Order: sequence, then structure tokens, then C-alpha cells
Amino acid sequence: MFWRARRLKQEGVLGLNMRNGEYILRFNPRSRYPLVDDKLRTKQLALQANIAVPPLYGVIRTQHDIRLLPDIVREHPQFVLKPAHGSAGDGIVVIAGRSGSRYRTIGGTLLDEESLAHHLSNAINGQFSLGGVQDVVIVEYMVQFSPVFESLSYQGVPDIRVIVFRGIPIMAMVRLPTRASGGKANLHQGAVGAGIDLATGVTLTGVLGTEVITHHPDTGNPIAGVKVPDWDTMLDIAARCYELTGLGYIGVDIVLDRDRGPLVLELNARPGLAIQIANRQGLLRRLQICEQRADFNAPPAERVAFAKQAFKHPVAAA
Amino acid sequence: MNNRHIYILAALLTVLGIGLFTYKAKVLGFPVRPQQQTQTWTIEAALRFDPGPAAVKATLRIPSLTPGYSLLDENFISRGFGVTTYIAPAGREAQWSVRQAAGPQTMYYRAVVYRDETRLAEDTTPPFPTPPELDEASQLALEALIAEVRRQSADVASFTVQLLRRINQGDQDPYVRVFLKRGDTQADRAQLATMLLAGAQIPARVAHGVFLRSAPGAVQPESILEVHDGVQWLYFNPTTLQQGLPPDFLIWWRGDDPIAEVTGGSNLDVTLAVQENLLPAMVVAERRAEQSGSHAVDFSLFALPIATQAVYSVLLMIPIGALVIVLLRNFVGVKTFGTFMPVLIALAFRETRLVWGILLFAIIVALGLLIRFYLEKLRLLLVPRLTCVLTVVVLLMVAISIVSQKLGLQPGLSLALFPMVIISMTIERMSIVWEERGASEAIQEGIGSLIVAAIAYLVMGIAWLEHLMFVFPELLLLVIVGALLAGRYTGYRLLELRRFKGVLPEHLAQ
Ligand SMILES: Nc1ncnc2c1ncn2[C@@H]1O[C@H](COP(=O)(O)OP(=O)(O)O)[C@@H](O)[C@H]1O
Ligand SMILES: [Mg+2]
Repeated sequence: MFWRARRLKQEGVLGLNMRNGEYILRFNPRSRYPLVDDKLRTKQLALQANIAVPPLYGVIRTQHDIRLLPDIVREHPQFVLKPAHGSAGDGIVVIAGRSGSRYRTIGGTLLDEESLAHHLSNAINGQFSLGGVQDVVIVEYMVQFSPVFESLSYQGVPDIRVIVFRGIPIMAMVRLPTRASGGKANLHQGAVGAGIDLATGVTLTGVLGTEVITHHPDTGNPIAGVKVPDWDTMLDIAARCYELTGLGYIGVDIVLDRDRGPLVLELNARPGLAIQIANRQGLLRRLQICEQRADFNAPPAERVAFAKQAFKHPVAAA
Repeated sequence: MNNRHIYILAALLTVLGIGLFTYKAKVLGFPVRPQQQTQTWTIEAALRFDPGPAAVKATLRIPSLTPGYSLLDENFISRGFGVTTYIAPAGREAQWSVRQAAGPQTMYYRAVVYRDETRLAEDTTPPFPTPPELDEASQLALEALIAEVRRQSADVASFTVQLLRRINQGDQDPYVRVFLKRGDTQADRAQLATMLLAGAQIPARVAHGVFLRSAPGAVQPESILEVHDGVQWLYFNPTTLQQGLPPDFLIWWRGDDPIAEVTGGSNLDVTLAVQENLLPAMVVAERRAEQSGSHAVDFSLFALPIATQAVYSVLLMIPIGALVIVLLRNFVGVKTFGTFMPVLIALAFRETRLVWGILLFAIIVALGLLIRFYLEKLRLLLVPRLTCVLTVVVLLMVAISIVSQKLGLQPGLSLALFPMVIISMTIERMSIVWEERGASEAIQEGIGSLIVAAIAYLVMGIAWLEHLMFVFPELLLLVIVGALLAGRYTGYRLLELRRFKGVLPEHLAQ
């Protein structure tokens, strides 16, 4: 047991206690949390900074607004409903099309107007938000999944998670929806995470739960060796999210849209640690490399350059 | 950086908590273990006499300076007499008086004493005694005896022993014979010794007392010689010459006078009795604190009404339960529904006992979930739906209580402490996890919460811990210390060792 702890330490694995105590508490000022906990505000901030996000169709703020949904989505057969304060994918409904009067989710379930209204009312009343506080629901563009990951996704849109430490991207993975995750790319819900070499944007091994895997459980294709397009743009977006929020330790979720390129889905002030298993590399080692060598005040382009040079896979102990 | 701050704070709180605890436990004798009992003795003096026709006054010498023992309580019992106590040069005295009394009279003095190591013969160094006034022959004998004894001894102690040895030889000793006029009891010998010691300028006095035996019954007073060597009082048994105060000897009164006297009456008869009792240690500690003027008891939970005390004995365990949660979450890494929900469940288990508690919890949550899923179909708004679930939970609890009563399963089963609101929220939360992440995750998390609750229950149920927290609430400071230190623990959680094994290069993917 102690031996395992020693080995993990040697590999620079970051534990939850250390993440919370040494990084989140130190580098994420509480006052900035609302910027990322409210997805609507994040969206507005990103737009101001010229960072692309899925276009907003409308916001449902009150019980009364629920009736407006058909109007909001009249022009858009595909759309996404998302509680602004939700987390871990809870409460997100991705509508991929219509059959007759009913909505078809990306998982294939048909929902009538009434059950969608019920879902919206639950969301507004805070069923999916932390502490059950009143919430609003975002209606937004459904990301069109880029063919790059076709071989590695079961429905839904894969998203790319980049951990950014004081403006420097330090680790990345792509999250691939599975049948189990219902088309959502959240690891809690059973999506596969695949590590990405920060220097090249090429995928490494994957993780499902806590297990390391080499092939996608639904499509059976090998996970490693896929090059993520627009990789440099994604790193640039991720690095700039630091200036956006002032939070020193964040996870940036980016999706790759077929037509619009990389879009920021959300920012996370308490990003999970499974990314370490997907990369088979510890975060702590990279954090320490940054703390020793990086220039946190450099412009984003230089920070990205530093990351690509310092974090070429595999990163050896400092 | 601010780690040092935390360590200093933790150290301060530890010192404060342990310090208060030690003071109360060691000095005030607050019991460290539950049901701890303190040995006490009831000593009793019964005075019987026939009153004369006029006013009667009876004097009893009562304990005041009692090395090794402290007085817990005392009372005076008599019929029609007024009683006063006062300090006389030789110690304390109680005086009963009445204008007129008819028939034989009996009055009692009763006191409860307990062993108290901190109590020493604390009176100040006495002045040199005045030499006895004697006729010439006696004076010569005295001087010769002192000179001879002094030659054979080195210090006050050996002088006294030597002197007592000569006194015990009685008639055979040419010098001592001169002074032997009265009886030859232990008290007489001790008295003679004080006189001879006074001739040698050594302060001495006779102390009378009783041996505190465990067998109840009448006891005879015995005498002991107290000699001051300039620093402290030394004790000698005048017959056996044994030095030191026997540990079970309680000094009752001092001086040459008898224990009691009566004026205006006759046929005085005094009997002494001793009985051992065991009192709850807390009772003794309370009285002791009261007497020593300490406010520890005034400001302890014992100052509250009994019903309130009962509530606090439960409340004080909640931080302990929370600390258990801290350990299980931050050091082990167990996931639960709601941070402190398991503590509240654990509290509920106190009334139902563990097995029943787990069973009931499982039944209520399972039925609640069923109803929650049904309500989902009705498409109710969130708050009304929660209200429905809450009401159903209460109804379920009532039904379970009544059914178990009727079936005689667990008579009088009380679910009063079952945290209904928390259970309703748990049901709600669990149903969301169920829908969003599947049944297995929901059930796993539910079982995790139950296990944590069971562990918290077991820890909070340790009777000794409960007693400690109630008698020494300052120990809660140590809970804060524990939480402070846990709050800065940045090592791995136990379950993370397994979770992250995939990161290690030696761990091969299948
Ligand atoms: N606009 C969208 N189009 C398609 N899928 C989406 C969209 N928004 C979210 N999703 C899916 O839902 C998942 C979770 O969304 P995200 O915005 O990260 O919220 P959360 O905070 O709940 O993780 C994403 O990983 C993605 O798979
Ligand atoms: Mg997300």
C-alpha cells in the first residue's frame, strides 16, 4: 500500500486532496467561480474575447418561458437544452431531430412536447444545479460532429478536455461518447477518455472507468494514433481561457464542429483527475515543471509553445 | 506558508483541550470512565446523654484538618436543639444547645469523606511550645531524660521514637516513672509525649481519629502523635512506634480534650461509626469543585436540566460522527449522498439499533424511490414533488412503527430521529443518479452512504466516548484539531491508490 503511494508519487500523480488543497484553493479565487459555474456567463465572456462557442438560440428563465421553446427552435431542427448551472452532464438533452410533433434525442428516444416541458420545469427549479437553486436553461446549437472521430464515437459529440494551469495547457484528452454514456461525453456517465500528446495532438491510450483500454468498446477501433485537427487552435483557445476567467487551474472543454471548427463548450473550475489515467501520466509532474520553468506572464502563443516543447509525450520526471 | 499557522493553531487548541481535560480529570476528579465510582465513607458520631433541669450545651469536636481526606458533606441531626459550628484553637467544634430538654437525648453528626491525595496537613509551622511547669523533682527528671534521649538520637524523628520507647517501658524507666500518674491508654502516652517534647522545645500534639474500614459498624477512636520537625508534621503511633500516617486513618480531632463534652447534662456516651459507600464519581467531583470554589461545574453541562443534558449528550457526538466522515472521505475516498447525511442517519440508528436501522432505511428509500418514479410520470413540479415524497416518507415511518408494534417485532420502535427531510432529499438525489447514470451507480452510492452511516453509528455509540464528550466537552477542540490537520492533508486517498494504478507504466492494459 505504501509502496503504491510511493510509486504514484514518483510518477507525479495528482490526488484529489492535493488538487483541492494545493491547486484549486490556491489558484482559483472563489469570486471567479460564478464565471464558469454559470454556462451562460461563460458563453458571453468567451464571445467578448472572440473565442468561438456554440451559438445561443435562446434562454428559458421562467416556467412561463417554457411555452416559448417551440418558437425558439422553429428554425432549428437540432438543438441542445442545457441547465446553466448543471454539472457532469446532468440535465443536458441533445435533440437531433424531429419525428412529427415529437423530438428525437441523439440517443434515439422520442420525447413529446409535454415531457420536454416537464424536464425544463425540473431544470428551472434546480433539480440539476448544485444545492438545488433556481436555474435557467440554455437552448443552443447542436454541435455537428466532425468525421475525424467517427470511428471512435458511438453517437454524440466527442469533446476535448485541456487542463490549463495559469494559462499553460498541461494535459489533454478527448472524451468519446459510448452507448453507455447516452451520447454525452462525460466520463462519469461511461464515456471513454483518450489521452492526447500535447505536442502533436495525436491520441494515446484510453480509459474507461478506471481501466486502461486500447479499443473503443462500441466501435472496436483502436484508440491511439488519431490526429486531432486544428490542434494548435485548440491549444491557443485553451491558453486564452486563463485571461478570460482569472482561474489558475481549469479544465477547458472544446468540441470540434464540422463547419465551425473548435468551439468552447464550458470551463470547469474543478476538473477531474481521470485525465491522468487516459494519458498514463501524472498531472503533478507537469504542474511542477510549470512551477519551475514556465513564464506565466508570457502571451498565450508563447505559453502554448512552452507547453508543446515541455510536454511532448512521454514527459519524464523533472 | 500558512501551514505553520495551522500547526500553531492546532497545537494551541490541543494544549487548551488537553489542559482543561487534565485539570478537570486530575484536580477536580471528573470521571474519565463512565459509571466510575469514588470510594467515600460516612462517619458518624452519636452523642447520648441525660439532660439536667436547666439549659443544656453539648460540644462535639468535628474533623477539620484531615490529611489525605476531604470532606464532601456533613450534617447535624438532633431534636429541638440549635446547632452552631465554630473554629476553636484545636480545630472545629459543633455545639448543640437548648434551654430545656426532657428524657435521654441523642444527636448525630454525620459526614462524608473521600480520599484526596492533594490534601496535606497544611497548617502553618507552630510556635515553639512553652515548657511545662513542673515541681523541682519532675523538672530534674525531665531534663535528665531529655539529655539522655538526645544523646541517643540524631534528629526530631529519632528523638521522638526514642522518647516513645522509654515511655512504653513505663515503670521500668526511672525517669518516666515520675510522670506516669494517670492511666496508661494510648492517648495518655501520646499526651505524655507531647509534654516531654515541649520540655525539649519540640512542637507536638495528639491527634485522635478512626480507621476507615470497609466493614460497617462502630469503631474506637485511636490516637497518634503529631510532631513538627521544623518543616512538616511527622506522625507516630505511640504504641508501635511506627512512623507515618496510616493511609486509612482519618484524623477527627486534636488536643488533650475528649471528643465531646456536655454541660448541664450527665451520662455522656459517644459512639463512632464508619461506613464505606460508593458514590458516582461525578457527584463527588461536583461537590469537590463547589467547595474549591471552581466554576468548572457551574459551566459544565451538569448545570443544565436533565432533559437538556440528554439532548446534549447526543449533540456532542455529532462532531465525532463528522470527523468519521472526514476520515472516510478525505483519507479513504468513499462517496456518499450528501456530505453529512450519513451522520444524521447514524443518529437515527441510535433509536432503532443498527440492523433495524439499516433495514428500515433500505425499505423507506426503496419505497420512496418507487413512489418518486411514479410521481415522475405525473409530471409534477419539483417542490410539490419533493413535498409529496416527504409526506410519503413520514407516512411510511408511521406505518412501519405501527406494523412492527402490532407484530411485536420491535415494540415501541421510535423513528422520531429519522431525518425525514434528509431521506426525502436522498431519494430525490438517488433517483436522478439512477436516471442519469444508471441503477448500479445509484445503488452503489446508496450502499456507500449506508456503510459510512453504520461506521459513524458504531463510533458514535462507544459509550466511553459519549461519556468523555459529555463530561469534557473541551475535547471537541481536539475534533477541530483533527479536522484542521485533515484539511491540510494532501496525500493520496486510499481508494485512489487503486483508481490511479493505470497510470503506472508497469500496469499493463489488458
Ligand atoms: N451544444 C452541444 N452540442 C452537442 N453536444 C453537446 C452540446 N453541449 C453539450 N453537449 C454534450 O454534453 C456533454 C456535457 O456538456 P458540458 O457543456 O460539458 O456540461 P457539463 O458541465 O454537464 O459537463 C458534452 O461533453 C457533450 O457531449
Ligand atoms: Mg463538461
